[in-house]
Amino acid sequence: MQVTMTVNGTDITEEIEPRVLLVHFIRDVLRLTGTHWGCDTSNCGTCVVLMDGQPVKSCTVLAMMADGHSITTVEGLATGAVLDPVQQGFMEEHGLQCGFCTPGMMLTARALLDHNPHPDDTEIRQAISGQICRCTGYATIVRSVKWAAEHPVLSNADTDTDSDADADSAHGATADEVRA
Amino acid sequence: MQIPAAFDYVRASTVDNALALLERHGPESRILAGGHSLLPMMKLRLARPEWLIDINDLFELDFVVHDTSGPDAGTLRIGALTRHTTLLESAQIEALFPIITDAEKVIADPIVRNRGTIGGSLCQADPAEDLSTVCEVLGAIAVIRGAGGQRLLSMDEFHRGPYETAVAHNEILCEVRLPVRSRTGSAYEKVERRVGDWAVAAAGASLTLAPDGTIEAAAIGLTAVGQTGTVTEAAAVLVGRQPTEALFVEAGRLASVACDPIADQRGPIDYKRHLADELTRRVLRRAFARAAASEGPNAPAPATQEG
Amino acid sequence: MTLLEDRPTNPAAGDDNRPIGYGRIQRKEDPRFVRGKGHYVDDIVLPGMLHGAILRAPVAHARLVSIDTSEALAHPGVHAVITGTDLQALGLAWAPTLSMDVQAVLVTDKVRFQGQEVAFVVADDRYAARDALELIRVDYDLLPPVIDARTALDPGAPVIRDDLEGRTDNHIFDWEAGDATETDAVFAAADVVVSQEIIYPRVHPAPMETCGAVADFDPIDGRLTLYETTQAPHAHRTLFAMVAGIPEHKIRVVSPDIGGGFGNKVGIYPGYILAVVGSIVTGKPVKWVEDRSENLMSTSFARDYIMQGSIAATKDGTILGLRTNVLADHGAFNATAQPTKYPAGFFHIFTGSYDLKAAHCTVTGVYTNKAPGGVAYACSFRVTEAVYLVERMVDILAAKLGMDPAELRLKNFIKPEQFPYANKTGWEYDSGNYEPTMRLSMQMAGYDELRQEQKEKRERGELMGIGISFFTETVGAGPRKHMDILGLGMNDGAELRVHPTGKAVVRISVQSQGQGHETTFAQIVAEELGIPPEDIDVVHGDTDQTPFGLGTYGSRSTPVSGGAVALVARKVREKARFIAAAMLETRPEDLEWEKGRWFVKGDPSIGKTVAEIAMGAHGTVALPEGIDGNLDAEVTYDPPNLTFPFGAYICVVDIDPGTGHVKVRRFIAVDDCGTRINPMIIEGQVHGGLTDGVGMALMEIIEFDTEGNCLGGSFMDYLIPTAMEVPDWETGFTVTPSPHHPIGAKGIGESATVGSPPAIVNAVVDALAPFGITHMDMPCTPARVWEAMQGRPRPPI
Repeated sequence: MQVTMTVNGTDITEEIEPRVLLVHFIRDVLRLTGTHWGCDTSNCGTCVVLMDGQPVKSCTVLAMMADGHSITTVEGLATGAVLDPVQQGFMEEHGLQCGFCTPGMMLTARALLDHNPHPDDTEIRQAISGQICRCTGYATIVRSVKWAAEHPVLSNADTDTDSDADADSAHGATADEVRA
Repeated sequence: MQIPAAFDYVRASTVDNALALLERHGPESRILAGGHSLLPMMKLRLARPEWLIDINDLFELDFVVHDTSGPDAGTLRIGALTRHTTLLESAQIEALFPIITDAEKVIADPIVRNRGTIGGSLCQADPAEDLSTVCEVLGAIAVIRGAGGQRLLSMDEFHRGPYETAVAHNEILCEVRLPVRSRTGSAYEKVERRVGDWAVAAAGASLTLAPDGTIEAAAIGLTAVGQTGTVTEAAAVLVGRQPTEALFVEAGRLASVACDPIADQRGPIDYKRHLADELTRRVLRRAFARAAASEGPNAPAPATQEG
Repeated sequence: MTLLEDRPTNPAAGDDNRPIGYGRIQRKEDPRFVRGKGHYVDDIVLPGMLHGAILRAPVAHARLVSIDTSEALAHPGVHAVITGTDLQALGLAWAPTLSMDVQAVLVTDKVRFQGQEVAFVVADDRYAARDALELIRVDYDLLPPVIDARTALDPGAPVIRDDLEGRTDNHIFDWEAGDATETDAVFAAADVVVSQEIIYPRVHPAPMETCGAVADFDPIDGRLTLYETTQAPHAHRTLFAMVAGIPEHKIRVVSPDIGGGFGNKVGIYPGYILAVVGSIVTGKPVKWVEDRSENLMSTSFARDYIMQGSIAATKDGTILGLRTNVLADHGAFNATAQPTKYPAGFFHIFTGSYDLKAAHCTVTGVYTNKAPGGVAYACSFRVTEAVYLVERMVDILAAKLGMDPAELRLKNFIKPEQFPYANKTGWEYDSGNYEPTMRLSMQMAGYDELRQEQKEKRERGELMGIGISFFTETVGAGPRKHMDILGLGMNDGAELRVHPTGKAVVRISVQSQGQGHETTFAQIVAEELGIPPEDIDVVHGDTDQTPFGLGTYGSRSTPVSGGAVALVARKVREKARFIAAAMLETRPEDLEWEKGRWFVKGDPSIGKTVAEIAMGAHGTVALPEGIDGNLDAEVTYDPPNLTFPFGAYICVVDIDPGTGHVKVRRFIAVDDCGTRINPMIIEGQVHGGLTDGVGMALMEIIEFDTEGNCLGGSFMDYLIPTAMEVPDWETGFTVTPSPHHPIGAKGIGESATVGSPPAIVNAVVDALAPFGITHMDMPCTPARVWEAMQGRPRPPI
């Protein structure tokens, strides 16, 4: 069957079997291997991508179900050389070790911050509670997301009235560009 | 990762179209909503439908509406395609039926809740599924459509047993209707081995108070302990009585007696019976506190007031 | 001693404050990971690559009657279906394990555990391969299984390993350490003796990335390139040469980015061998990646020790002796990975951190119809089991004596002046200073206030528990005179090249699975040579690119390869001295080192930097005799002893008396791993291990029903903590450098996994003390805790 979707801002049309899972479509067909998979039962969350801005487990979505929708993978987080604050935060606060759960964690964090720019620790922990990390013990992931919250992208479209004065002006891209 | 067996896929454009597709493709076709019950079963090859009819485009089934006038006045109607996240984030639902908010907080995880739907949960009819209990406690009516029209079923009629419902292969669950009652409070509590796990046991309750402060109506439901329908014996002792801790203790005891759990990795029978008792008492306390704080169907529920 | 460590803010990259050497710097590997550009085994796609899938046995013990692959072979896209009979013809049906046993690659005679490998399908893509599995018809003749290790040695128990000649029972080995007679005498004379059966249940490392391989055999030059999820690429290469008959110089093992290992990726699994066979048979590259249920049901589990512990003491709380008999369930094949001489790993460090008069342990290993393995999950070769035993026994003793468990520990610690300390089972602890570490943890926790709070809560019927664990690890295997795996000495190599412009590459034999080797090892070189870490590339994980060594497990990377890297850098530094002397036209002995530069004694303005010396070495400088024209060196490091990291952990739990649900409220971890290279990475290692501890103590378990069906075969039932089950960790540290390690470092990778489970269980038991409970077995699930409160601490499933 033919499937058409927008992935990281690019329109894509491919011919696939109806049973192809979105995670395999992304990895095997589009060769975007930053999205991982780690279980058979929708429990681990390493396969999380954003579908229309909302985190979903791509192992439990058929590629066909994403037809007409917009998908963001980890490869779509940065704008060229400019990292999303979430990516920078994970590096600053050691939010990753083996890197396997990291793409999914960062995408959930991005969606959380888009929805709630100043989450507290509990809100962050709840947001990532459908995703397993075997390395970090989560505390540094929480710190990473907080770092990102404290260093938002300065943008016209997404004015953050109480953003910190020291927000990193190097991240001059608009939110839309970063998300593109 | 495990992979489903091959099938054909079609996307429905309307409920009528979905019904026609079900008719056309026969009993080996299945409705695909959020996919979080069906797809895992298909990956394990415990389910092997020949056709999947994707209803995710049926926005007509994605709604939460409080009818305050007209033929359905006093009813909250929830479309079957409404996602768990929508239910969890709805202030209206939290005000009218805090039991739903309680339950939604502990259903799977936030990401699964982004996709999973109330209709999918009810139709999966897993004995450990939380919304089935919630709907039983709230006296929900399931609105089912087929080629011959619409039929309304109580939850007792809807549930035919574990993983089995009254929805025929050529029908679709479209809506759940919940009667809104004044002076009513409700609550749900679950014990799980870990966040996101299925229930070891859970209980839900709804209490309606009479103007004199006695209990006018009560319903108690249990999850994952072999209880079919609400625990009528336990509810019966409450009705017409002044709500007291002793009364809740008696209701808990009756719930514990009524249920019929099995031993598994989540715990032995004694423990689950104990939980039926313990959790029944807890939800009754909390439902009562909420009912007492509630003045009418539109009064905001004191969500933070834990009994 | 240093107190609580600051987490200094790390300015953006390029900041001049970046340390040259040790300190908190961002990881060099992170930029690729945060962009989704990590490169894991399943990301590899080779031209013409096919996909393999394994058919696994649905039962635990059964004779294989027949297998019909015709329908599968006819399935569109299928290239080959390989069975045990096919492998027999190639002489590959059985492969040696890391414990001198053999393991079936594919079943030829009978199935010995549920999930065992029965057939291998090679197809165009993973979908077709999985579909074909369903088309293979297998007939089994069921046999009674041996599931409970306690019945494995019963007379008349079914003999699982009838493939081994002359085998009439399920016994694998008996092993002992310490002096039985001396221990008996100490126990006989003791005022107080307490005994307890303690079970460390079967658990699983379950890294987020499952195991997999891409095998690419070139039939023309007979060369095999094998991309593998392996923690030990060099050991695997040697073993593949032995197993597959491919000459070792024709084998290249590449371990790319690894999505967590925790010991799960040490062994050689049938799937790896099958990928190789598949590539040989089809002439094309073959990828095999297991799914999660395969990972949980067939790859290396951990623990499964049934321990009978006894502890002897005087009535005033002087611990005299410790004794334990262990029944070790090794599953259907003895495939544990540990130094050959030690069939129970390093369990005999069960004497812990205490100065004992006597100790004795026996360990009996048995076969059962369960998946093979046993040494995994950050266990430091069974130090996990040892620490759990002693730290539980000390708490049980404290309860018996009515002593505070912190006080009992403080009273019995090995004193600083006793190091190096020879314990009663043959270890020489290199260094230690336990009391300050214990005191720091108590200070951070507010121990006295917690006890006061607990007292008040108990009066109100609330259940709060405070648990302590003080552990001593033994890691960094190891000295070649004692330690080998299948005859391969447990040493590591390092090669360092300084390029003409002063940038360097260091090649190491250990392999990262997330530990941050690319950063840590660059920092070691930076510290020794005085060039910035970003100017040093770390190469690892490719046997064609790196020196031989035994890999990353048992917390050995820093103790062994860290030593190798420090020494190779010093060798380069010393060589640089000779070259600098030639450049400065002076004598080497007249030069003095400051970080990054040799200068003339007494005249610091005259000197040469490492970069200048490197250019000189590769340039036209007239080199002294015996010095060749580069700034390179290589070493193989044979550690003189193991290292002995230690730590004090305190856990605070609250238990819901109505449901038995345990909430870990606080966890304080004070670690001493000697010299600290990158505090950020160390803290991360500790956090991860503490989370493992919460998992094992509260929820993780691989159980079986009486027929041998695995009940923990998916993440729906094998529960791993999420962010909701763990607190915000409180970490501190002390520094007691290892006296024999080149930089004084001891290793940290497994400390927290080893040390945290007893702290949590001790806290749970402490909370339940009002019920008269002195022990309960892991995992402390809500059901088990509630059962314990009813006086039934070990409910049947």
